[in-house]
Amino acid sequence: MTKYWIDGEKAIDISEADDVNSVSFTIDDKDVVVSGGQSILEAVQRMSGIANIPALCYHPAVRPYGACRLCTVEASEDGGKNFKFVAACLYPVKEGIIVKTSTEKVKKLRKGIIELLLARCPNTRIIQELAAEYGVEKPRFSVGDQDCILCGLCVRACQEIIGKSAISLVNRGIYKEVAAPFYAYELGEGCIGCGDCAFVCPTGAITMGDNGKPVLPRVKIPYAEIGAMTSREKLPASQG
Amino acid sequence: MVEQVRKLLDKKLKNVQELEKLRKTILDNRDTSRITVSVCGGTGCRASGAEAVVEAFAEEIEKRELQVKIDFKETGCHGFCERGPVVVIGPKKIFYQHVQPEDVQEIINETVLQGKAVKRLLYVDPATGEEITYESDVPFYNKQTRLILGANGEIDPTDIEQYIAAGGYSALSKALFQLNPDKIVNEITSAGLRGRGGGGFPTGRKWQSCRTSRSDVKYVLCNADEGDPGAYQDRSILEGNPHSVIEGMIIGAYAIGASQGFVYVRNEYPLAVEHARIALEQAMDYGFLGENILDSGFSFKITINKGGGAFVCGESSALIASLEGKIGEPKSKYTHMSEKGLWEKPSLLNNVKTWANVPLIINKGADWYSKIGTAGSKGTMIFSLVGKINNSGLVEVPMGITLREMIYDIGGGILGGKKFKAVQTGGPSGGCIPEQFLDTHVDFDELPKLGSMMGSGGMIVMDEDTCMVDVARYFINFLKGESCGKCVPCREGLAKMSDILDRITHGEGKPEDLDTMMDLAEILNAGALCALGRTAANPVISTLKYFKDEYMAHINEKKCPAGVCRELIQYSIDPEKCTGCGLCARACSMNAISGEKKEPHVVNQNMCIKCGVCYDSCKFGAVIKQ
Repeated sequence: MTKYWIDGEKAIDISEADDVNSVSFTIDDKDVVVSGGQSILEAVQRMSGIANIPALCYHPAVRPYGACRLCTVEASEDGGKNFKFVAACLYPVKEGIIVKTSTEKVKKLRKGIIELLLARCPNTRIIQELAAEYGVEKPRFSVGDQDCILCGLCVRACQEIIGKSAISLVNRGIYKEVAAPFYAYELGEGCIGCGDCAFVCPTGAITMGDNGKPVLPRVKIPYAEIGAMTSREKLPASQG
Repeated sequence: MVEQVRKLLDKKLKNVQELEKLRKTILDNRDTSRITVSVCGGTGCRASGAEAVVEAFAEEIEKRELQVKIDFKETGCHGFCERGPVVVIGPKKIFYQHVQPEDVQEIINETVLQGKAVKRLLYVDPATGEEITYESDVPFYNKQTRLILGANGEIDPTDIEQYIAAGGYSALSKALFQLNPDKIVNEITSAGLRGRGGGGFPTGRKWQSCRTSRSDVKYVLCNADEGDPGAYQDRSILEGNPHSVIEGMIIGAYAIGASQGFVYVRNEYPLAVEHARIALEQAMDYGFLGENILDSGFSFKITINKGGGAFVCGESSALIASLEGKIGEPKSKYTHMSEKGLWEKPSLLNNVKTWANVPLIINKGADWYSKIGTAGSKGTMIFSLVGKINNSGLVEVPMGITLREMIYDIGGGILGGKKFKAVQTGGPSGGCIPEQFLDTHVDFDELPKLGSMMGSGGMIVMDEDTCMVDVARYFINFLKGESCGKCVPCREGLAKMSDILDRITHGEGKPEDLDTMMDLAEILNAGALCALGRTAANPVISTLKYFKDEYMAHINEKKCPAGVCRELIQYSIDPEKCTGCGLCARACSMNAISGEKKEPHVVNQNMCIKCGVCYDSCKFGAVIKQ
């Protein structure tokens, strides 16, 4: 069998080559050879036209995070006997695995995730487009009006590319949000105003303000719902 | 002079001979004629006033100068928390329940000095009405196999010498000098020990892969971040017998070649933290930790790390993130922790209960251990048996016991003679098991077949007055609050599921809600990043499977059959039964009940807030709850 190393548009014949850290596996019934040490999603994005895996929290410039789960695919390590759901952005390519990127199960799962995202952010274009692609019309759930999907790309970009860590994800569960140190929403001196966070944001939830600093999205949860959560806004002015 | 004092104060044991000599000295010096008085100082008994009892005993003993006669100690949790504060008088182990400070004089006069039992403090078997004098005869205890918890009632957890006297650290010396790391791992593997934290992963396999992992640095971790509502077995072991966990960790570290260990314990467990800290200091003083342990050439240290109170930090990858000082969020586990764990180094993480099993296996051997339990699950399991049950407390039983034996024989049946409805096992992500499966054998493989799991050993018993929709709502709401919020299925899915369950319990449910919830359950199961999300839908799936009629009653008839969901019940007064005593009207804080004296009263539905005070106050059963 001829082995091809697919890099971008090019296909290089490596059948005769030695000492190549190559991994061959099957994806959507196609046998491919790629360089080892990368994730399924990275491999797929480098091979044009092999598969289409949606992802919102992935960006090639920062470390994968595995939060949006849209890139979930089915993978089998035992020659196709058992398949399990894995996040393509994190799952490393392994010799002999069989990957299926758009089975009915996978599509159903993505549709469900998109429905949940649409319920959170009904006015966001990228999610509306995904909803149209996967046939989600109207979420069956209570609908909110957030912009931020908490993919964490802004936080990772600020930390890994800029090296500033001016923002972070704070709180947990439905109260999770992006904030500056000490749970501030206004960015202080830690931020150099590079705009990387706004650039990398897939939903446009972060914009650049007039003062040259990004404006962070607020999680719009009714005051009463916050309940016992410790939130800066909840504390009286004297303590906050 | 200074040198001599230092030498006298130096307790460090330099080799095994010194350990055995110390053990012998402690045992030889022990006056067996002394009567032991052990007061349970576990958190459960402290909550019912054990500290005052301890003080009263100490005072009385000092006042009467009985120190020579009485060996008094405050021990860890005895398990029978329902009956606390618990006092056990040795050597025959006379068992007293609900002891108060004012009972202390009588106990000393009658039992300690004259050997007679104080009848009013004895446990009365509700089944036979008989008074039971000795601990071993109490049905709650005599059906158990207390391999791990047994020592809790015997030793003072703040005194390492008591642990040594009870045979402590003999497993360590055996592991260091009679076995080698390979043999230790083999022993754990052939014992068939499985992870007690919930996953049930074969412990030996975990140890083996950590052992074969190549790295200059390896870590040993103890997961004591127990956060399930109603579960406290890890807490009780760490409070009552911390050295068993430490000994297990040292053996594990020797087996895989680690030199640093961490105990990750909840900050909400102050007594467990305190006792673990004291135990670590003492183990250091006696040379079980530190450089060149017992002259074996092996060095190991343990540090305590207090968790900030997030349930999700009990998940292994989130625990590691938290230890590293990062946000306590789980990561994908496509690369195993035995290759890259804490700070990217091979790490061996086990639950408190798993560690506590290790010295036992090393001491008594894999053959002995593997005879206990079922084909796939070996040894004993500690459950916290709570809920609507007569004998709530910590229960240690061999794997494979049936749910019925647990609930009726050990647990003493349902509170108030009510009917059993369901039992929820395995913590908040466990399923609710109905009556027809009560004869199921409890182990790692059987419970998942019923849509539940072993988890960390939580067991919540529910009676006929429990609304299963409300139960599902409670657990989903708990998990919604504890979800780290990283991945979409868990963060958004649980919030939506909780919304739907809220609506159903408020009488606003729609028939299609049930399908929507099943869809959400599938998304959680397939799409969530960690085990918290993947198992979170179990309470909903299992209640929908076994108690669908209750959901239908809420949705179609707008009724809560168990009379729990406030919006769906109504209080009224039966005019036939009402004597017009006016008790309910006086009890009602809303003045919603009116009526003339000695005439039937009525509830004004517009003013009623459905608090149920009238229902509870009526002596004639005239208040109807529908």
